[in-house]
Formats: sequence, structure tokens, C-alpha cells
Amino acid sequence: MRAAGERLYGTTDLPVLLPPGERLLRRASRERTDGVPRLTLKAWHGAVIAAVVLLAAAAAQAQGAAEARPGVLTALWKWVPLLVEGFLFNIAISFLGMGIGTALGTVLGVMQISLLPPVRAGSWIVTQFFRNAPWLVLLFFCMFLLPFEFRVMGFVVPFPDWVKATLGLSLPVMANVSEIVRGAVQSIPSGQWEAAESLAFSRRQTLVQIILPQCIKRMLPPWMNLYAILTMATVLASVVGVSEVMTLTQRVLSAESRPELLVPFYGFVLLLFFMYCYPIARFTHKLELRYVVKL
Amino acid sequence: MSSSSETAATQATWTPDRPIVSIHGVHKRFGDFEVLRGVTFDVMKGDVVCVIGPSGSGKSTLLRCINALVPIDEGSIQVAGQEVHDPKLDKLALRKKVGMVFQQYNLFPHKTALQNVMMAPIQVLKQDKAEVRERALKLMKKVRLNGKEDAYPGELSGGQQQRVAIARSLAMNPDVMLFDEVTAALDPETVKEVLVTIRDLAEEGMTCMLVTHEMGFAREIADMMYFTDNGVIVESGPPKEFFANPRDARTKEFLGQIL
Ligand SMILES: Nc1ncnc2c1ncn2[C@@H]1O[C@H](COP(=O)(O)OP(=O)(O)OP(=O)(O)O)[C@@H](O)[C@H]1O
Ligand SMILES: [Mg+2]
Repeated sequence: MRAAGERLYGTTDLPVLLPPGERLLRRASRERTDGVPRLTLKAWHGAVIAAVVLLAAAAAQAQGAAEARPGVLTALWKWVPLLVEGFLFNIAISFLGMGIGTALGTVLGVMQISLLPPVRAGSWIVTQFFRNAPWLVLLFFCMFLLPFEFRVMGFVVPFPDWVKATLGLSLPVMANVSEIVRGAVQSIPSGQWEAAESLAFSRRQTLVQIILPQCIKRMLPPWMNLYAILTMATVLASVVGVSEVMTLTQRVLSAESRPELLVPFYGFVLLLFFMYCYPIARFTHKLELRYVVKL
Repeated sequence: MSSSSETAATQATWTPDRPIVSIHGVHKRFGDFEVLRGVTFDVMKGDVVCVIGPSGSGKSTLLRCINALVPIDEGSIQVAGQEVHDPKLDKLALRKKVGMVFQQYNLFPHKTALQNVMMAPIQVLKQDKAEVRERALKLMKKVRLNGKEDAYPGELSGGQQQRVAIARSLAMNPDVMLFDEVTAALDPETVKEVLVTIRDLAEEGMTCMLVTHEMGFAREIADMMYFTDNGVIVESGPPKEFFANPRDARTKEFLGQIL
């Protein structure tokens, strides 16, 4: 028997066709599984950052000219290779952190739908803990609790700061991926499980062959959003002294010791992040619209 | 209920002259609500059995119990000698013998029609891919869908999807096929193509258990009719008698509404 609401509105994935209460519920549940805020970057955000950088540069230029110092753009130009290099390090950290977090998070997420209550409860607690802990706190924990090197069978494996920072950042990623996986698996209609079961698929086969492949489409948008958030969070590593773009900018600024350069330089860093994250956010949004309509 | 040694004994002694599905005193509760309250009947190999009854009377639940999608609380169900009500039940072995088709088709949307049919024999029965493919192509032909092998479920009509679902179940070479209101979600024109497929199957000697609201069809193909209400079988009989003079008041009322 269908519920009354279902008959009136039909079954749909297009939110606009749903009754208002249902629509709100969908949104709430999406935001719950997302865990992190949804990036809504717009092109004009970038334009504003660029304008601020240029204005600040012009002001600094005027100030510098009065004191007969080299131009702002000259100063910036001198340091761009170093800053970009630092930024690439941020990207590397984000890739690695996302990889580790996704691998661990997928396992954790699958454990959350285990039939064994202790496994389910344990993975739920781990997920909730790391999802709700401040990222910076997790970073500090990893920084100070992990040794600077490991000894494995006579080999000394060094464990530099940036690796520890990457691990620290991959913990919240893991927890959020876990929740994304769980949410996606639970969004697959129960009929898929029943059909697979009635064809004598084992639970593991069902998950691997039938359920998870269908989840990928639903997981991609929140996963990419998480990646963009992680990328921006990599600057947290500057707090623990990793030489990424923020740390380098600080060092450059103190080497230059020209306070008027502060806004253009940090603005430039902001612009780098915007240029990297904006396409990701746009693509995420496009994918999401497409799936909502297609499903 | 039955001990495992008894199960092993019945399994060893099953012969084609005994019922392929034997349902005895089955009770099923969801919490406080008793959906099945002592259901008993047998299905012989090659028989077509239709179960009808008002909504919520437990028809779907009964079918689900047969392939252990839901466990039963009391009683016994034996499929080709294998006892379903047994804590040590080998569910996968049971389900290999029982095919099931659902109202909502439940095809795997990320696989083509042919892949849907091939998947279980390859993954579950570990059969040779080339052989399975050949058999799957034949099955697609049998359900009159040759040419649609590479279509995804989303590209097929409801009736076509349902026929793929039937082919998918048949690919496992089951002893019994369960159909749970398989035409209820279809529009009247496409209902026919699915019913024709089921009739062909029945005529080939496949044991079928159908839950259906298509009374005319049931009367045509059924060997036995069962009418359920409130979790019990109220009336049963060969279709001619069953439809011509129903004895129980509830059956009369139900048939009166539908016919
Ligand atoms: N998993 C479940 N948990 C709780 N109650 C259930 C469950 N499955 C079915 N029921 C209840 O059991 C009763 C019988 O359900 P069932 O689906 O077997 O009826 P049906 O005869 O198939 O009805 P219909 O013709 O509407 O399909 C219904 O009242 C239903 O709400
Ligand atoms: Mg039903």
C-alpha cells in the first residue's frame, strides 16, 4: 500500500515536485550527511578578491613610490614562484589527505551498515567523534602524539611534520567520507537489496557488485565538496610549522618587512585558492543538478 | 521446531511425487502484529498457484517467507525438502532454488538488461561467462526482448523491465518462481505482454506461485486458487469451482468487489 502523500505527489527525486515538508527534510538530511558546509562559490567572489588585491596593490604602490621603494608588483613577481610552489605543496597535502581519508572512510562507512551491532556502534562512535572534533585540534593531536620516525624491521621510516599534518587532516575527511558512504548506501531503495538477496547474492557481493556502484553517483558531489573544503583547510598546517603557502607568505612578509604588502600578498594567496576551488565547486553543483534530475 | 537431523532426513528423501513447496502452520509476526496466522498448503512440481486477497492480508509476506527474505516465527516451509525454519538454514542454497519477481521490477539500474540477466549466474553460481551469455541471450529471446540486450533499465518501459526481471530470475534455473503482483505497477496495455510471458513459463511446466489481482488471468492459468484474509487461508480450490461458487462470505465479498 502506498502512503497517501506518495500517491498524491508520486515518487520523485526532483525536490521541487515534493511537498514542502518533505523538501525541507531532504535538505536537512543532505546537509547532515555532508557534514561540512556546501561551498557556494560564485564568479563575483573571485572578482571581489581580485579587486581588493589590485586596490591594495595600488595603494601600496603609491605609498612605496613616496618612499622610493621597488613596486609592489615587482615584489610580488619576485616571490610568486616560491608562493606557487608552496601552494602546490598544499595541493599535494590535500591529494594525499583525501586519498587516505577516502580509503579509511569507505571502510568505516561500510562498517556503519554492518549487521554486527558492536561493529556498527564502534564505527558510528569513531565517525561521530572525528566528524565533530575541530580540525585544528585533530591536527595538533597528530602533531604531538605521533613520533617523528618509525622503526620497522630495522628500517627507520622518517615521519616529517608534513606527513603528520596530512594524517591529522585525513581524520576528519575519513569521518565525513564515512558518513557520505553510509548516507548513500541507505539512500539506495531496499528493493535493490531484496532483488539481490533473492538472487542468492551474499551480503558482501550485494554491497560490492550492486549497492556501492550505484552509490558512486550520489557520493561524488558531497565528496568533491569535501575535497574543496579540505584544500582550504590545508592552510591549518601552517599553525604547526609546515612550509606550505601560508607559512611561506608569513616568512616572505617578514623578510620584506613592508606592512603595506600584507594585503596584496595574502590577497594573492586567497586568489590562488579561489582559482583552484571555484571550478571544483561549479562542477560539483552541475553534477548534483544533473543527478537530481536524472535519478 | 524441526531438528536439523530431521531436516537432513527430509532433504534426503525428497522425491518429485512430494510437494516442491510445503507450507505448514506458518505464523509470522511483525512486533505485536500477526501477519500470518497459521497458513498451510502444498504446491506440487509444475503447478501454478494463485494467491489472492485484500490488501494487507499477508500475501507478499507469505512469498517472502518462502525464500527467507523474512524469517518465520512458527511452523514449517520446505522447498524441495529444504526446511526454511531452521537456524542453520543455508539461505543462499535455498534462494538458488527459488526465483522471485517483484512489483517494482528492482532491476539493477547500473547494468544493461543482458548484464542484469547474466550477473547472478556468473557471480553467485560461478558459471562460465560465455555459457551464461549464451543462455542469457536465449532468455532475452524467450521474454521477447531480443534487440534490447544493451539497453539500460531506465531506457525500457515498465513491461519490458518486468520481463527482464523474469529473465533474470530464470537465469538461475530455479525450481519455483514467485511473482508478487508483478503487473500491479504497469499500465493496462503492457500488463498483457508480461502475462503472456508468465503463461508461456507455466505451460513449459515451471512451478509458479502468483500473488495477483488479475482474476481473469488467474482463472486461466491457475491449478489452485487460494484466498487469504487476515493472515489465514479462507478458501481454496481449483479456479473453476473457486470462481463459480465461492463458499465463504469473505471470498464472495472480495470477488464481488473485483469481478
Ligand atoms: N517489514 C515489516 N514490518 C512491519 N510490518 C510489516 C512489514 N512488512 C509487512 N508488514 C505489515 O504486514 C501486513 C501484511 O503485509 P503484506 O505486504 O504481506 O500484505 P499484502 O497482502 O501483500 O498487501 P498488498 O496487497 O497491499 O501488497 C501489512 O499490514 C504490513 O503493514
Ligand atoms: Mg503485497
